[in-house]
Amino acid sequence: MTSSAPNSFRALPDPDGHFGNFGGRFVAETLMPLILDLEQAYKDAKADPAFKKEMDYYLRHYVGRENPLYFAERLSDHLGGAKIYFKREDLNHTGAHKINNCIGQILLAKRMGKTRIIAETGAGQHGVATATVCARFGLPCTVYMGSKDIERQSPNVFRMKLLGAEVKPVVSGSNSLKDAMNEALRDWVTNVEDTFYIIGTAAGPHPYPELVRDFQSVIGNEAREQIMEAEGRLPDQVVAAVGGGSNAIGLFHPFLDDKGVEVVGVEAAGHGVHTGNHAASLSAGRPGVLHGNRTYLLMDDDGQIKEADSISAGLDYPGIGPEHSWLKDIGRARYEPITDKEALEAFKLCSELEGIIPALECSHAIAQIMKEAPKMGKDKIIVMCLSGRGDKDIFTVAEALGVEL
Amino acid sequence: MSDAIIGGQDRIAKRFAKLKEEGRAGLVTFITAGDPDPETSFEILKQLPDAGADIIELGMPFTDPMADGPAIQEASIRALDAGMHMRKTLSIVRGFRDEDHETPIILMGYYNPIYIYGVAEFLEDARNAGVDGLIVVDLPPEEDPELCIPTVEKGLSFIRLTTPTSDDKRLPKLVQNTSGFVYYVSVAGVTGAGSASNDQIIEAMGRLRRHTDLPIAVGFGIKTAEQAADVAKQADAAVVGSAIVSKIAESLDENGKATDKTASMVTGLVSELANGVRNARK
Repeated sequence: MTSSAPNSFRALPDPDGHFGNFGGRFVAETLMPLILDLEQAYKDAKADPAFKKEMDYYLRHYVGRENPLYFAERLSDHLGGAKIYFKREDLNHTGAHKINNCIGQILLAKRMGKTRIIAETGAGQHGVATATVCARFGLPCTVYMGSKDIERQSPNVFRMKLLGAEVKPVVSGSNSLKDAMNEALRDWVTNVEDTFYIIGTAAGPHPYPELVRDFQSVIGNEAREQIMEAEGRLPDQVVAAVGGGSNAIGLFHPFLDDKGVEVVGVEAAGHGVHTGNHAASLSAGRPGVLHGNRTYLLMDDDGQIKEADSISAGLDYPGIGPEHSWLKDIGRARYEPITDKEALEAFKLCSELEGIIPALECSHAIAQIMKEAPKMGKDKIIVMCLSGRGDKDIFTVAEALGVEL
Repeated sequence: MSDAIIGGQDRIAKRFAKLKEEGRAGLVTFITAGDPDPETSFEILKQLPDAGADIIELGMPFTDPMADGPAIQEASIRALDAGMHMRKTLSIVRGFRDEDHETPIILMGYYNPIYIYGVAEFLEDARNAGVDGLIVVDLPPEEDPELCIPTVEKGLSFIRLTTPTSDDKRLPKLVQNTSGFVYYVSVAGVTGAGSASNDQIIEAMGRLRRHTDLPIAVGFGIKTAEQAADVAKQADAAVVGSAIVSKIAESLDENGKATDKTASMVTGLVSELANGVRNARK
């Protein structure tokens, strides 16, 4: 904890990519010149009104923004406390928030003259979003995906292939998201001349955590205006699920300097934080260095990275974006664990009460709201990021519920 | 930066001085500590100098070796599965150093296990064990305050990787806090992948020599005595890793355990490579 609060919670990272003690550029030397190039390209793009204009055009006409901030009336009534609003990222083209970032990064790739795109994916949502923008902009795309995730997310694998992407199964380590990221980094280090790596979450070496956050901040910026319009005031709480943490930081960041807004991230506790089989790096991990940044990680006493465990492939990662680590340490945000079982209950409840089948990732956020909203007064307002649609998860959920499809 | 040359840096400098006297390049061999198990790994390590290794790189196993190809990834997994950890790695070095006072040992790996051990404690223990230098793949000069500067202040060498993407603008930054020698990664890629052509290596050597007087070791993709000899004509040392580690993998039984051939298959390859390197300039 720092002794005094900073003037702004929105001023980081510093020029070297640090959020307090977190972040940084922990990569192989081969990649350093590429990362420095990217940093410069992003600085130039930010200063170029044409880039913003292009970005806004695609977000509006291709992604379908802005999407609604929807008052979840029946869920609010059912829980009997705070008013609950969903920021409907599930209504974006491709069905999740991931596309916001992919549009930004592919426009950067084009500016930099890159001709080949790689990405890692867990649940497949980022892979689908990347394959989508690659199809739209005519660039070849290779997506690395853990073999375990390929099995449990087969609809997304097929979607990526339909979109013309090559899906490369990763069979190293735990065969899931962290290993897909290792493999994507290995590809990048081998194809330095022509390849742009579209990282899907607000993690990795600087400048990725910053640029992914900026591209995802459209979520919070819209939600902020929309809640002002709907309620005439800011919410009491903003809530989002965190795996790597991109939808969460996108929602949170525009609210960080609003003192009255409580910021709550929800981690995947898998079978329970006490069991050791979970993905709750902030609740149960400690700071370490992986995939280019210092952040909270799940590891053993020797610094070996542990496998994460969650029913949600998108949260199945032993780390977290560095800005979340910083927000936790300075106390600006709190992070709560939700188990697979709790997330499944929330998945069912939201489907039944709101007619919205949510992704398993954001079902974790709904489950947290189910715990907190009833204890809050009816005059309180919660804004939650409904980060994606749950169609991709129906096979996983059916299996968990013992239903044969 | 302190210019004090003590302990580790001294052993490396002496080794390169001796190589210069002999008018030949050196052979740097890589194995992963604890591969395929701590005992066998220690046996292999002890035999490397007699087989012809001039400098030894000892890999610190890590679950997520992002810059390594399949051969070294698997070596890390074998070692970790066999119960290897950082304290054991250091104790293997200590055991080696009890008998060999001259062959430099460089620990090579990733930052997280060192960070978790604690930088100050790690450097103290590593120096006491007889480690001469470190190569830490995921610490570019931008992160020098983390480990590079404390390492050099402790009197150990921090050996930097330079790569085909290191241009004249980048190189001054790379050689700034480095010591011992400069490691040139001759291809952009992971360990064990393709190799660079002679012309590419000659060009890179020229570029590097404009920026540093330190000895230059060249690695990545060197698998045979002939390739090692080609490199040894240009560079101060040739580094071989994946090919040696693959020999270990090849020697194992169906359960992945060491056999009585494991050490001899490794030393056999190292002898061949050493022959190539030693005769390269004749």
